[in-house]
Amino acid sequence: MPTENALLKEYSEREYEHGFVTDIEADAIAPGLSEDIVRLISSKKDEPEWLLEWRLKAYRHWLTLEEPQWQNVHYPPIDYQAAVYYSAPKQKPLLNSLDEVDPALLETYEKLGIPLEEQKALAGVAVDAIFDSVSVATTYRETLEKEGVIFGPFSDAVHKYPELVKKYLGSVVPSSDNFFAALNSAVFSDGSFCYIPKGVRCPLELSTYFRINAQNTGQFERTLIIAEEGSYVSYLEGCTAPKRDENQLHAAVVELVAMKDAQIKYSTVQNWYPGDAEGKGGIYNFVTKRGVCRGENSKISWTQVETGSAITWKYPSVILQGDNSVGEFYSVAVTANRQQADTGSKMIHIGKNTKSTIISKGISAGRGQNNYRGLVKIQKGATNARNFSQCDSLLIGDRCGAHTFPYIEVRNASAKVEHEASTSKVGEDQIYYCRQRGLPTEDAVNMIVNGFCKEVYDVLPMEFALEARKLLSVSLEGSVG
Amino acid sequence: MLEIKDLHARCDATEILRGINLQVRAGEVHAIMGPNGSGKSTLAHVLAGREDYEVTQGEVLFNGTSLLDMEVEQRAAEGIFMAYQYPVEIPGVSNKYFLKAAMNSIRKHHKQPLIDTMDFLKVLKEKMQLLGMDKSMMERSVNEGFSGGEKKRNEILQMAMLQPKLAVLDETDSGLDIDALRIVADGVNTLRSPERAIIVVTHYQRLLDYIVPDYVHVLAEGRIVRSGDKTLALELEEKGYGFLEALSPSAAAAAV
Amino acid sequence: MIVTETNTYHDEHAKFCEGQSATAPIWLQELRERGLSQFHELGLPTTRDEEWRFTNIAPITTHPFAIADVGAFSESQIDQLVQQAELDEDFHQLVFVNGRFAKQWSRLHDLPANVIVESLAESIDHRPDTVEDRLLGNGDVELSAFVSLNTAFVDDGAYVSVPEGVSVDRPIHLIFLTVADTPSFCHPRNIVSLGKNSRATVIESYLGCEGARYFTNTVTKIEVGESAELSHHKLQHEQANALHVATTSVHQQTKSRFRSHYFSFGGDLTRNKLNCTLDGEGIECTLNGLYMPTGDQLMDCRTEIHHAKPNCNSFELYKGILDDRAKGVFNGKIHVYPDAQKTDAKQSNQTILLSDDAIIDTKPQLEIYADDVRCTHGATVGELDEQAIYYLRSRGIPADLARTMLIFAFANDVVQGVKLPAVRQHLESILLSERGLPNV
Repeated sequence: MPTENALLKEYSEREYEHGFVTDIEADAIAPGLSEDIVRLISSKKDEPEWLLEWRLKAYRHWLTLEEPQWQNVHYPPIDYQAAVYYSAPKQKPLLNSLDEVDPALLETYEKLGIPLEEQKALAGVAVDAIFDSVSVATTYRETLEKEGVIFGPFSDAVHKYPELVKKYLGSVVPSSDNFFAALNSAVFSDGSFCYIPKGVRCPLELSTYFRINAQNTGQFERTLIIAEEGSYVSYLEGCTAPKRDENQLHAAVVELVAMKDAQIKYSTVQNWYPGDAEGKGGIYNFVTKRGVCRGENSKISWTQVETGSAITWKYPSVILQGDNSVGEFYSVAVTANRQQADTGSKMIHIGKNTKSTIISKGISAGRGQNNYRGLVKIQKGATNARNFSQCDSLLIGDRCGAHTFPYIEVRNASAKVEHEASTSKVGEDQIYYCRQRGLPTEDAVNMIVNGFCKEVYDVLPMEFALEARKLLSVSLEGSVG
Repeated sequence: MLEIKDLHARCDATEILRGINLQVRAGEVHAIMGPNGSGKSTLAHVLAGREDYEVTQGEVLFNGTSLLDMEVEQRAAEGIFMAYQYPVEIPGVSNKYFLKAAMNSIRKHHKQPLIDTMDFLKVLKEKMQLLGMDKSMMERSVNEGFSGGEKKRNEILQMAMLQPKLAVLDETDSGLDIDALRIVADGVNTLRSPERAIIVVTHYQRLLDYIVPDYVHVLAEGRIVRSGDKTLALELEEKGYGFLEALSPSAAAAAV
Repeated sequence: MIVTETNTYHDEHAKFCEGQSATAPIWLQELRERGLSQFHELGLPTTRDEEWRFTNIAPITTHPFAIADVGAFSESQIDQLVQQAELDEDFHQLVFVNGRFAKQWSRLHDLPANVIVESLAESIDHRPDTVEDRLLGNGDVELSAFVSLNTAFVDDGAYVSVPEGVSVDRPIHLIFLTVADTPSFCHPRNIVSLGKNSRATVIESYLGCEGARYFTNTVTKIEVGESAELSHHKLQHEQANALHVATTSVHQQTKSRFRSHYFSFGGDLTRNKLNCTLDGEGIECTLNGLYMPTGDQLMDCRTEIHHAKPNCNSFELYKGILDDRAKGVFNGKIHVYPDAQKTDAKQSNQTILLSDDAIIDTKPQLEIYADDVRCTHGATVGELDEQAIYYLRSRGIPADLARTMLIFAFANDVVQGVKLPAVRQHLESILLSERGLPNV
């Protein structure tokens, strides 16, 4: 019978199953970043003048910023002039029918198990797929249109709904917000746009799949979701990238706006290529996600399962502006091999009786380093604000690390803020107990890890929960024995 | 002394009490029994004034005045005492200070002179001896680190000190071994008097062997489905709560 | 580097060196020079520094402080302050006025053989080699602008050394008083060193006289030898307009025990940094703290516990009660090094805000590089326990009194952790006067 130590030794390498490259002709521009490149991207997308100006303003501001250094992750300096800022599959697909999409592309999505095709469509998911930088297909548009729901590529929305885009773009994450948000604002190529009209409960779960394919390509998508008064939407996001030795940059921006009584549930399964066991290659995932509960009784929930990326830097946040609004953050973050993650959430309480919950589960294995960094801020006017945060870390192997940096800033005496954190390892006694009952060690550890994450799985949409479970066990394969 | 008329109460959105009617006169001991979730504890908490429960209908008169309009401490001052199933621990506040603060607050309410410290200590010592409590318990923080039995004893001690008009005992027997149960019951029995009423809320008949009730009421689904004397408790013990099903409001509705 | 602000200190340093420093041994002069240049290199921190994010030290940087005049006070002033500070006449007592040892108010009872309790200035004369070692062994003291500044002006303070196997039964009380007519600073430097299997109790008290604003920048270096036991107390009662920055650095060896009790009441802006390194196995480290700012006070409490070796336990409880427009800052870091297996670390920070204008910024922090550990931290900010208030009220106690009782209890919890009766009683009386319970 293998001892636990022997099993932990095995726990070193895992295979990345989405690491294939699709051979598809791409329309890419030369590497490098300048005002001319920003203009070129804008003109390729045939954008209106105001948007070009908006991009240029962001670009000029970006030049004045320095890359943040405060996070507890380490990587060699990024050469922003070496990246390609625009790459699109050359055959621009028509968006009305899947038949017209390049079969190689469809095959890629099929390999990824993405519900783009009919059989998956039965699951009732509307999908917008982003390949490298542009949106290639959107399914189920008609069903959604009947309800007045707008869901599709950002670049389309710019032309079809300029007023909406103009009104909300940058309203939650200003282009000057931070280094990566400014970069994204200057060069974003596409993304999803979603608008739920007043009183509509979106009949489908909306879903976007992101895929980085081309080499040396940065992906800078931008997602904007607006939920009008009394509406509801559940939005799923999945990400993969091929296996490459170079690091690829992903700097996305997601903005959510929830009006009075509206609810947005945003779920992410992030499985970008994490690099190999020696830490070679992998995606740098530097993402700004923020939602604002603008109206009373509104609610925004972020749920994420993060198993990919070489480096993750993201803090999905909620600004609780409306009275009685609710913000939630549920996260499972796995760092194995040499992955590093600095992630957490910010809850900014402004309105009265606002409530927030943060549940963060970090799992470190191999030489992975997992950081939770969060902020709970109760502003002066936020009477009776409540926050509960729980950050648990699980360690597998003795070369990994788990770190917790919660910031709590309270300006109102009626606030109640509770933060709890714990760090522990998978207990030998737990494994022993399971084995005594006949479970192989790997299953036992999987079971324990899944149990550890249960609070987060419970709030994931069902099909995502299954995927997350599978991903997690793949991520930890070999690590666990 | 206590008159409950058509009392409805809910916790969050769930209606728990659905029309309770009950009269308790001075000198009587009433036992309220019922299966888990029947509303026994809710009834006790509503009487004590817990804010988690919202009274949606009905009234409660205590010596002729409406109880539901009173703040928690006012009810205590008027003589309602609740012995909790799970007394709260209050680190840093000594039992002694707490008890004296409570006694004098009630006296102040009645515009009575405050108790002399020596007299207070003397009475306290007597009562503690009666309950078999160690002196050191007084210097300890309220309920902090007390065993289940110690907590219950502490509740009865407070009751003995505060001399309420109506005492409500919520599952006082839970978590007690037979010796502790006897001591607690003796403590309660010495408080029986023609001026005082006691309501004993319990799941099991066991406690009623020691605190013998004048009346027994059985609660199910938020209503009193049967009332009787102490033999009813024995009947329940024998047949279990199962036989209540026939009596429960939903069963009755189904029969119609 | 902020040149204009550090320049004041530069000029003062020049004066200082011309004065008493000129006769100092060469190594000490060099040490001071190094401190000064280090200070210039580091520069005074701003809120852009993560370490100082929540504490703006403008009151320190904008005031032109000069070295406290060691002779500018009346005896009656000191008499009065000493009386306020004194805890027990059985205690050994060293008094420092404006940074200088004041023999007149100090008192030593019989000490066990080879135990040294004296002023640092005396030690520099009597045993320069040991002192040099202990001062130069700067490794465990963090490198910061304020520590460097202290080093630049190092001159006097307390020196306590307990040899192997000796137990000092009487507590050693160190009293630091500041009396200033003009804005002044002083930089006490203390060394506490416990040999193997020894035991001692040390109390530091900081007080000041009403008058000009003053700035105390103290550094205390503590060594707890193998299986030794040190109980450390710090009572911060500085004057209302005082600025107080303290850095206490503790180095613990195998199986040693260290208990710290920090009570912060006075001062305008105070920052207390306590840095413990658990550098051996089987160590226990307990840190308790209570801060109760009112008015416009700012109290910044910062602790770091470095679990450098396996099988150590640390326990930390810091509580704050904030009223009026006061600001509290708590930052507690637990750092578990690679291979520090079987670490058991618990940390808790609890704050109560009594006013809507009070502010708390708290940042507990775990950094863990070993896997077989049990580390937890918790932070709560909030009102009093509603269940407890309800329970008290249901026994007839009015809501106001119930709240007062719970606030008292909240603070008393930390006070009761102090084992030394004289210190506990002293704290109880302060607590009773500030957040006391009415007679019932």
